[in-house]
Amino acid sequence: MSKREIDFLEMDFSEVTRRLGVSRRVFLKFCAGVAASLGLPPGAAMAMAEAVADPKKRPPVIWLHGQECTGPTEALLRSEQPSFEHLILDLISLDYHQTLDAGAGHQVEDIKKKTMLENKGKYLLVIEGAIPVKDNGIYCKIGGETMLDITHEAAENAAAIVAYGSCASWGGVQSASPNPTGAQGAPEVLKDKTVVTIPGCPPNPANFIGTVLFFVTYGKLPPIDDKGRPKWAYGRLIHENCYRRPHFDAGRFAKDFGDEGHKKGWCLYQMGCKGPETYNNCPSLEYNNVGGGVWPVGVGAPCFGCSEQGVGFAKPLFSLSDVLTHTPPNTFPEIDDREGPQGVTATTAALAGAAVGTAIGAGLVTARKVNEKDTSDADE
Amino acid sequence: MKRRDFIKATAASAAVVCGPETALARPNLEPAENAVGMLFDSTLCVGCKACVSKCKEVNSMPPVIEGDKLSWDSARDLSPKTLNVIKVYKDGTAESKDQEVDGFCFEKRSCMHCVDPGCVSVCPVTAMRRDPLTGIVTYHADACIGCRNCMVGCPYNVPQFEYDEAFGQIQKCQMCNQAGVERINNGQMTGCAEACPTGATLFGTRKELLKEAKQRMAMKEGEIYNYPRGDLSKPDHYHEKAIPAYQQHIWGEKEAGGTNVMHISAIPFDKLGMPPLKERSSASIAEGVQHSIYNYLALPAIALAGLSFVIRKNINEDTEDQGGNS
Amino acid sequence: MSAYQPVGGKYFTRPFIFFLIVFLIGFYFMAERFILGMGSISNLNGGFSWGIWVVYDVVIGTAFACGGYAVALTVYVLNKGKYHPLVRPALLTSLLGYALGGFGAFFDMGRWWQFYNIFLPWHWNFNSVLLEVGLCVALYIGVLAIEFSPAFLEKIGSKKLLNRVNKMMFFFIALGVLLPTMHQSSLGTLLIAMGHKVHPLWQTWQFQPLMAIISALTMGFSIVVFEGAFVSVGFNRVSETPLLRGLGKAIVGLLITFLAVRFSLLLIQGNVAYLFKGDMASLLYLLETVLFVVPIYILISPVRRANGGKLLLAAISMLLGGALYRFDAFLLTFDPGPGYSYFPSMPEMMVTLGIISLEIMVFLIVVKTLPVLPREKHS
Repeated sequence: MSKREIDFLEMDFSEVTRRLGVSRRVFLKFCAGVAASLGLPPGAAMAMAEAVADPKKRPPVIWLHGQECTGPTEALLRSEQPSFEHLILDLISLDYHQTLDAGAGHQVEDIKKKTMLENKGKYLLVIEGAIPVKDNGIYCKIGGETMLDITHEAAENAAAIVAYGSCASWGGVQSASPNPTGAQGAPEVLKDKTVVTIPGCPPNPANFIGTVLFFVTYGKLPPIDDKGRPKWAYGRLIHENCYRRPHFDAGRFAKDFGDEGHKKGWCLYQMGCKGPETYNNCPSLEYNNVGGGVWPVGVGAPCFGCSEQGVGFAKPLFSLSDVLTHTPPNTFPEIDDREGPQGVTATTAALAGAAVGTAIGAGLVTARKVNEKDTSDADE
Repeated sequence: MKRRDFIKATAASAAVVCGPETALARPNLEPAENAVGMLFDSTLCVGCKACVSKCKEVNSMPPVIEGDKLSWDSARDLSPKTLNVIKVYKDGTAESKDQEVDGFCFEKRSCMHCVDPGCVSVCPVTAMRRDPLTGIVTYHADACIGCRNCMVGCPYNVPQFEYDEAFGQIQKCQMCNQAGVERINNGQMTGCAEACPTGATLFGTRKELLKEAKQRMAMKEGEIYNYPRGDLSKPDHYHEKAIPAYQQHIWGEKEAGGTNVMHISAIPFDKLGMPPLKERSSASIAEGVQHSIYNYLALPAIALAGLSFVIRKNINEDTEDQGGNS
Repeated sequence: MSAYQPVGGKYFTRPFIFFLIVFLIGFYFMAERFILGMGSISNLNGGFSWGIWVVYDVVIGTAFACGGYAVALTVYVLNKGKYHPLVRPALLTSLLGYALGGFGAFFDMGRWWQFYNIFLPWHWNFNSVLLEVGLCVALYIGVLAIEFSPAFLEKIGSKKLLNRVNKMMFFFIALGVLLPTMHQSSLGTLLIAMGHKVHPLWQTWQFQPLMAIISALTMGFSIVVFEGAFVSVGFNRVSETPLLRGLGKAIVGLLITFLAVRFSLLLIQGNVAYLFKGDMASLLYLLETVLFVVPIYILISPVRRANGGKLLLAAISMLLGGALYRFDAFLLTFDPGPGYSYFPSMPEMMVTLGIISLEIMVFLIVVKTLPVLPREKHS
């Protein structure tokens, strides 16, 4: 057993378990689980546990709301392990959140300004909701300022920016055609900044918390893809890990709600499931620890592609999705793959050679003998 | 018989057979009036293999097991256990679908149900037949002697003999209409077309399907088209999709007399393993030669009479000369 | 007194035992094929459904068995009586070759227990080339048996029957010339329906029957030379070279015709470019051409032709060329599509070698027992 692991086991978690209201065992399991799903080495779980156990490191968080339904916050409110209150009271310092702040009006706006000033370059900015840019962003104002201005101002000195939810990530339902307000996602508005996106409608709070834990632990954001999504959560298509996938592979499709295939839990592709073109970890995480296969495909609703730009709110519900990958590719025979025996072996080639060779050899020997015979016949 | 006469007679009969257009050459057969068929649109195929498994279910075929992996049907090609298979075309990094370079696409392999089928033409015992009404190419094991000329004569290597059975037979797609299945006769469509979730395999009459294919070809890339699924005469679903960059080529419209199962694709067909066929069917050429020689057995009968006469004369002369027997 | 006599001597000579062993190995696999199915011993697959059993045993085997056809044509149709002594041994090899070719075809039949369907008129498909081949070969085996029957009838001394057969013989000889002309040309016609699968250098479309019949006749004459040489050496008999060299002339004529037609077709059908591809097909074509040109070179000169050894070499070269021509078209350059390849398996080859051995064994027994070979003038 390595020294670090012993440290890990012997660490005093009594304080953290008291604060978070979970047992030491559950807490360590959670950290290990998050570390594993983030694709981190085993030591990371301990680092994470340490970071969480040490209250001094709580980063301040500024949480903005734009054009949205507050779905992401509502989802986060129902999160467990750690539950939301522990998240905002112990893991982070939620200094400004329009939905959850007890105060209101100038009071909270002042706190926001103060926090941003005091924690210049240290605070975490979370953006929830789309940012309308048409007509200088007049379609969404908070405290007399446009969301566009607020976003730019808050982003200026943020240590990291997280766009939480599809609206913040790429505009979401607000940006659906014809997009009258010119709604955009945070990455589009903040082109010169790195924005981590946690798309989903609503997004899975686990993906948010995991990303925040990473930030708390390492002071930086986890690896992201070209759309700003953490690779640990959005690295694979829903289709790739879907437990209805075997039905897809076997060609068993539900054709309509309530038909035989639907009752039997067959693949929902033909009903318009967008799993084959949507990147998310829904099949492995499901939703909010409810259990029992609770997530859209799990309960028999075709995936809507809520977390995928160009799919959710863009493609009709029942239109067929494009199957982006065909993993594992080796299950498809190539054009020139054939069944049955093929080709030559050394033994067979040798046997064929020997047979032809013997025949020709016998011929040559006989040719010589015929000549001898002809000569002797002529002599007689 | 003088040698010169003999050579003359031989050359004359050779000319009859080998002339630029052999005497009794026939044109390609025409499609049956109400031929049923399928249209496979490779750009719609997502590789789900629903058609493969449905085909096995309808035709009671076992899965192909490779090695000790008992869980999966891993058919690599058509075989006596697989009448329909989805294959992949891959190039380079295989990034995008329907792209020739660095792309991939899926291609279906199953009986094309030729309008002028080679297998029917070559079968000595009429075990392969083209249904006069539906145009379906059927197989009849009770007639078959297992010579496997159909396999050689098929441009697509479709008929497959059960080599591994002591008492094997040929297996091929019969459009789910063989005795005991008879889906077409019962007004159903083929299993593969029914199972296909995207309409990549579309069932219908050859005429309708050809019209549908031409309609798709005629549209501009990117235009939205309402793709039907299932049976073209009464589709159970439609779905909208942008028109891809189709190759302006309907495989099976003309190849070797045409086929009832037609393919369209965004990738050239030679890349998808389609054979280099001309418009004239090989069967029509072979039959032309054969009938030039053997029509009513006239030529052989005349030859036999001539040969008998000459030989009898020669033998008699010999016997008189030598007084011996032959 | 017959002009023929049995050679006599013991049956179990050393070569005979060698062939017997090869045959027994082949026989073992034949039995396996009927019990476990063809797939258990052959390398046949979905693209190559015709392997060496069809291509060697039937297509090439019967061409090798064209000796009876070639000699009958020469002796009875072209009335060259001096070749009469060659008739019976040639007929015997033809009978054996065809009978075993027929057996090969039966053996290769996937549904052999229904083989009789090909003889039932209500099953016939008159468009099928293979039907013509099948029926014609079957009939020809019967005709060959009748043509050869005098040897047997002489042996058992059935004078009455012998006379009757001899009276009708002209008709059977006529059939014996007609039938091989039909099915040997049809063996070429078989290639037409295979269309693009046959390499363009071999796919001559409507000229296939012509190419097949010329090459078959050439092989027929060659096999007579071949067999004559082996018999005279093997049984220590008088050399037949003086007689055989006459056949050389016929071979040259046929070969030149064959090559002339072949090259003109290459030009007319626009396939010359394939010759210069430098691939396997062009090399095989070149090899074939060499094997055809060597006998022309040898046989065109009366001096070389009179040399028994060279005559035999010419015959062997011709036989190899004719066999290769068929192997190339049906197997070696046959292309069913990407991914398919075929090479016979060991048991598959042993079956074919077993059949060849059987043929040689029966030939040895028959010439030792029945009056087949011409009576030696001085011995």
